Amino acid sequence: MLAQFLQFLFSGITVGATYALAALGFTLIYNASNVINFAQGEFIMLGGMLGVFFTMAGLPLPAALVLAILVPAIVGVLVEKLAIEPVKGAETVTLIIITIGASLVIRGLVQVWLGKETHSLPAFSGDTPIEVLGATLLPQSLWVLGVTALVVVALWYFFNRTLQGKAMLATSYNRLAAELVGINTGWVLFMSFAMSAALGALGGILITPITLTSYDVGIMLGLKGFVAAVVGGLGNGLGAVVGGLLVGILEAMGAGYISSAYKDAIPFVLILLILFFMPRGLFGGKSTERV
Amino acid sequence: MGKNAYFSLLFVAAILAVLPFVVPNSFYLDLAVRMAINAIIVLGLNLLIGFAGQISLGHAGFLGIGAYASAVLPTHFGWHPLLAMGAGAAATGLLAALVARPIFKLKGHYLAMATLGLGIIINIALRNEAQWTGGPDGMPVPAMGLLGFELSNDKQWYWVVAGLLVVSVWASLNLIDSPFGRALRALHGSEVASQVVGVDVVRYKVAIFVMSAVFASLMGSVTAHYVGFVSPNFSDFFHSIELVTMVVIGGMASVFGSLVGAVLLTALPQALATFEGWETVAFGAILMASMIFMPKGLVPTLAAKFGKGN
Amino acid sequence: MSMLEVKDLSIHFGGVKAVQNVSFSIDAGIVYSVIGPNGAGKTTLFNLITGVYKPTAGEIRLNGEAIHGKSPNELARRGVARTFQNLQICMNMSALENVMVGAHLRLDRNLFKASLRLPALRRRDTELRKEAADLMDFVGLGSYVNSRADAMSYGALKRLEIARALAMQPRLIFLDEPAAGLNPKETIEVDHLVRKIADSGVTVVLVEHDMKMVMNLSDRILVLDYGKKLAEGTAEEVRRNPNVIAAYLGAHA
Repeated sequence: MLAQFLQFLFSGITVGATYALAALGFTLIYNASNVINFAQGEFIMLGGMLGVFFTMAGLPLPAALVLAILVPAIVGVLVEKLAIEPVKGAETVTLIIITIGASLVIRGLVQVWLGKETHSLPAFSGDTPIEVLGATLLPQSLWVLGVTALVVVALWYFFNRTLQGKAMLATSYNRLAAELVGINTGWVLFMSFAMSAALGALGGILITPITLTSYDVGIMLGLKGFVAAVVGGLGNGLGAVVGGLLVGILEAMGAGYISSAYKDAIPFVLILLILFFMPRGLFGGKSTERV
Repeated sequence: MGKNAYFSLLFVAAILAVLPFVVPNSFYLDLAVRMAINAIIVLGLNLLIGFAGQISLGHAGFLGIGAYASAVLPTHFGWHPLLAMGAGAAATGLLAALVARPIFKLKGHYLAMATLGLGIIINIALRNEAQWTGGPDGMPVPAMGLLGFELSNDKQWYWVVAGLLVVSVWASLNLIDSPFGRALRALHGSEVASQVVGVDVVRYKVAIFVMSAVFASLMGSVTAHYVGFVSPNFSDFFHSIELVTMVVIGGMASVFGSLVGAVLLTALPQALATFEGWETVAFGAILMASMIFMPKGLVPTLAAKFGKGN
Repeated sequence: MSMLEVKDLSIHFGGVKAVQNVSFSIDAGIVYSVIGPNGAGKTTLFNLITGVYKPTAGEIRLNGEAIHGKSPNELARRGVARTFQNLQICMNMSALENVMVGAHLRLDRNLFKASLRLPALRRRDTELRKEAADLMDFVGLGSYVNSRADAMSYGALKRLEIARALAMQPRLIFLDEPAAGLNPKETIEVDHLVRKIADSGVTVVLVEHDMKMVMNLSDRILVLDYGKKLAEGTAEEVRRNPNVIAAYLGAHA
């Protein structure tokens, strides 16, 4: 009983960590520009896929992984420059459609250039499962959780203790005011897309040894990451992390105890429930529109 | 409705009347039927997205409900196809109303998320319940019978669908230029303003959402009978995006734009049929380019250019 | 009984007490102005009375009926119209259509009848177009009858909002800074327009910064400062009130 519960819990928080990184990516971009970046999932996919291909191309694993984070970051910046900047201040619908378009372009190009097959990366420290109270935990899971935790701490430090991070936060509270005090909001936008893509890509790399990767994993991962961001409260960093873990756990528990065929539906049922009963999410505040 | 709109409607009706005699073979006739079906769906969706300024990223889910109602109810329960179609539409309407009410009290991206979630849930359900729906492989659909007469060949379907299209365009044009239509457009222009003149904003959003969902369901049923087969892909996220792309590229808030968008983007996958990945890239590029360079869509942008030229 | 009665009305936004314990009443048929420095809570007060905000405490009664907390469209049903300090015009529609939307509640809004283009509906729409054109004339926008809203100037749009509000055939109209951003000539035109509206029997509640206009037009004035009521009375009484002079009129008197 306990073993089974723990098993689901472990797989839940592992994938939940990926959702958390995706959710953080959404949050960063939303805070900097009020845009919901539907292409976020594709950055996750790029991380895994590029990691595989740079390794297959002969690069040593660490170099391949670094590139697999850098290239998506560049793609993220491209998306910002080519898709978001030209339409600054457009309606929500317009922006949503543009980022969906960007995600299609990225996914399509990967499909054409890298094929439709599924791939994997070697686990970072071997495959031997660890026994914990009757349940098994993959070493890769520890990597996922550990690196994610480090990243979260690093982000916390960046936003609360460094000048650049505070500048980004200021921009998210009030863009105009931030510009007036000399903050380069264009740079903030640039950084938020780059960081967001890097976070997603990192998550993609970490999880590939466990869940494999292919050209179309981005859709579901991205959407679930978005669900996590909304569950935690859109725009709230802590909410993104908590939301990610929560979605991952609930998904695993639901798949384990209720029905595994409907595993993918669970996050979306969750978001409908959240939107019905607690639209601001767990940590989101109230806001009023001035007329 | 204005003189221009009236003439354009006649023009469309004329083209539809002449088409079957001009097409080289049944492949093109089939394409025409699919374009017309998509055009009707897009008309309904455009009322929601273009005119009322809302969004639906899961509309293919409603298509799926209609299509599978027409497949499952006659096959497993012996229902008459027309009854099944009606039941599909009723179920869709009910679902849309249930989901819309709580969601429309929120803004922009939340609605997008909710509709997206709904569409995905429907798609997964259709894919999973194999004993009813045939699972990922789909299932065949019995032919549609009308008053003892079975609709079975392409030509018959063409006239039915063409007729439906003309009626839909006429009804949409009337609707837009009416108190209901103005309230809808005012809602898009300024929600606050429409509220203070007495528009019950939530009720209107729900009404137009339900209406466009029911349109979709009915056309889903029509497609199911026409093709003779349904599969879960019909209700997937990509199909929902294709529909939104049709609205966007043809022209949001443009009735004739809906037709243009449907025609163009029904033809496109045929042209790119062998290059699946490129089809995805093309759709994505079209979406982006459209929104960046021609945010109003083809028809309104061209209309403005030629209007100024006169 | 007064047409509009406000008792101990308050609203907080987090720690900000935008409106505190404000009480006043407005009789039918007069021109009532609300003045005060920027940030005094005038627009917030409007938003409270017209249903855009819900009060934290207090009561608002329209002809005896409690209306606090009701939504704007419910208030529209009770004959309350308003214009906005920051224009709320539907730029996606023509000028005429913007005004026609004002008549929303007086029309048959049935969606099925609309799709079928029934003759009764078409007749009513033609009548409405004429009525809307007449209203645009009334507010001085006769030359814009065939314009699109997004082609009109700021000053013209402010008056379009008034035309839209009048299309509701309201009993009570709230004008939020109708002269803001207008040049002296336009301001005089708005002054005359407000007079015309009041003369037609509609009760007018006005927020304005232009003191000449306020003193000219108003039957009674309410002065707000920091969300609280500072003074209330006729133009003369308010002008002479030392607190008001100290807080606001100062160099402008």
